[in-house]
Amino acid sequence: MSEAAKPQARELPYVMAINEGIREVLREQQDAFIAGEDVAVAGSVYGYCTGLLDEFGPDRVVDTPISEKGIMGLGVGASATGCRPIIDLMFMDFIGECMDEVANQMAKMRFMFGGKATLPVTVLTMGGAGGSLAAQHSQSLEAWLAHLPGMKVCMPSDAYDAKGMIISACRDDNPVFVVLNKASLAMTMEVPEGPYEVPLGEACVRRQGTNLTIVAFGRMVHEAMAAADKLKDLGIDAEVIDARSVQPFDTATVVNSIKKTHRALVIHEAVKFGGIGGEITAQIQEEAFDYLDAPVMRVAAPFSPVPFSPALEQVYIPNAESIIAKVKETLEL
Amino acid sequence: MAAKKKPAAKKSPVKKAAAPKAKTAVAKAKKAPARKVKGPSDKVLKEMHLKMVRIRRFEESAGKMMEDGKIPGALHLYVGQEAVAAGVMQHLSNQDWITSTHRGHGHLVAKGGEFKPMFAELFGRATGYCKGKGGSMHISSMDLGMLGANGIVGGGPPIAMGAAFSNKFRKNKNVSVAFFGDGASNEGSVHEAANMAALYKLPCIFVCENNGYGEYTSQARHQAIVDVADRAAGYGMPGVICDGMDVMAVYEAAGEAIERARNGGGPTLLECKTYRYYDHVGVRGMGLNYRTDEEIEAWKKKDAIEGFEKRLMQLGVMTQKQIEAVHTTVAKDVEEAIEYANESPYPGPETLLENVYNEKGA
Ligand SMILES: Cc1ncc(C[n+]2csc(CCOP(=O)(O)OP(=O)(O)O)c2C)c(N)n1
Ligand SMILES: [Mg+2]
Repeated sequence: MSEAAKPQARELPYVMAINEGIREVLREQQDAFIAGEDVAVAGSVYGYCTGLLDEFGPDRVVDTPISEKGIMGLGVGASATGCRPIIDLMFMDFIGECMDEVANQMAKMRFMFGGKATLPVTVLTMGGAGGSLAAQHSQSLEAWLAHLPGMKVCMPSDAYDAKGMIISACRDDNPVFVVLNKASLAMTMEVPEGPYEVPLGEACVRRQGTNLTIVAFGRMVHEAMAAADKLKDLGIDAEVIDARSVQPFDTATVVNSIKKTHRALVIHEAVKFGGIGGEITAQIQEEAFDYLDAPVMRVAAPFSPVPFSPALEQVYIPNAESIIAKVKETLEL
Repeated sequence: MAAKKKPAAKKSPVKKAAAPKAKTAVAKAKKAPARKVKGPSDKVLKEMHLKMVRIRRFEESAGKMMEDGKIPGALHLYVGQEAVAAGVMQHLSNQDWITSTHRGHGHLVAKGGEFKPMFAELFGRATGYCKGKGGSMHISSMDLGMLGANGIVGGGPPIAMGAAFSNKFRKNKNVSVAFFGDGASNEGSVHEAANMAALYKLPCIFVCENNGYGEYTSQARHQAIVDVADRAAGYGMPGVICDGMDVMAVYEAAGEAIERARNGGGPTLLECKTYRYYDHVGVRGMGLNYRTDEEIEAWKKKDAIEGFEKRLMQLGVMTQKQIEAVHTTVAKDVEEAIEYANESPYPGPETLLENVYNEKGA
């Protein structure tokens, strides 16, 4: 699936790929540490910090109080003054607690200071619905972050990318949010041992096709791939692009694909209105209008908070079926 | 005002129930300020007992239902902390507001929550308190003055402060109570709410349920103080500590704070030392070794319900038989509610876009 040679690759779940990514960074960067709620002794509530305390000790694997504003501020202050912090924000929804540090401090400090401050800080956070965790533990808020000049945002969809993007993010001298997905934690694939990068700002064509281009974000890549498999039986050959990075966004890969397919569908788990899909759709019509044979369509969550009841959540989250339905609409089938 | 403290595990109020008149005198002699709260009647004692038993049975069954796969999502159970909810809520009417936490079922039960719509909500059914949209972490009842459990740690106190502002603004005698944990006491939101409540002299009571842990992190590892009530001095409100395993101690301390708030005396920070028996989430949790079996057993020896039941019998308020009857009735209520929830329909997909806005008010 991925471009790098993988002599020592073995099957690894997404959760352990995250663990390896953090581990590689802490090994290679002596200025790096990870701080967050229950990351040290408990090894994170998701388990992806397991063993880090033992290997790196309590100075570099730091349990914090439940004080997101403080934790994010710690990341800003420490990164501006010589450290390379990895900040763990347990659920993406908790960003509300620390949005000032993210939006007004972390993202802007370098610009406001005329380029004289450097903030090599990486924030790991967990988005996504699917486990009946309801309205405050299930959101996909990447569009909030991508709207901030100065901030980089990526959404690794699989284990290989999770490890590689964490390493890239931590090697980057800018604030980077790595938005992980809790519904992917157990998903396994081949992951190489040792450090490697998955570059920020580069999309990846996951499946070649000729009839339309599906651009998907995060976990939705897997739904798009499942949809593409089924569409094949209907004689529709879809190209699937894993956006991987939200900010910066790899417009070129998408436009090149559309030059071949002439149709596009953008898919994300976040609410449709104001979601990143609107931006991508606009970019496509700005840069590839002449190549389009149909309006660019979107599949995303309806305009409601994430519901608790499984009966509603099932309807809420985009899936292969809703993607197939929209593809048929796009192709006027 | 300087923070004042009471020793934990104060025993006198309990004895007071036996012979209220005589003991009131004792209590008065011991304490500088005159007691404002009258000794609880037998009726009050029985009500608090019922509240605690209802919480425990509800939570135990909810835990089982979760393990049986009937309840999806995250379930934070209140078992062990019943005395806090019961002792505080005994002073509140439906017109008084509370804000709760992620560990919110106990607060709702004590506020008068009914089992049927509660289980239905946890099961994600249309007949639940929130029509299946909120679940455990957002369970609420505006009719009962319960402004919601909360998925955001520290989410409640600012809302309770706002409700207290509203009470003062509308010149009624109602109060609001913010429940929050020791872990939550480190959120900026809690400090901002407390400062504002003290500044505006709002009828707001901040009840910190200090169960010694925020998730898997012990209090000693998340703050440099032992008593959250110490912070009251910094806010400019009285800080009180009570034994959160003793419903009488909670009842007395909360009564004083609530009466003060009702009479325009402003907010209080009441810290209740308590313990959760189950894991942070669910019953057994993630199997992390962050607290010892000895510690859990030591707290269970102080069990709020068992201890109180012995008292009630000693005091002649209830007989063993009557106590057993309460348990039997509550168990039956739980059973019926689970059956009701099981048979209730799931919300239809058309309800997804309902309640996002108030369509009528538009
Ligand atoms: C803003 C925010 N940060 C973190 C969490 C994750 N979380 C849920 S409960 C909890 C622990 C809360 O501890 P405490 O306030 O002591 O309440 P307790 O669980 O002990 O009742 C944490 C960290 C959250 N839900 N919201
Ligand atoms: Mg606690």
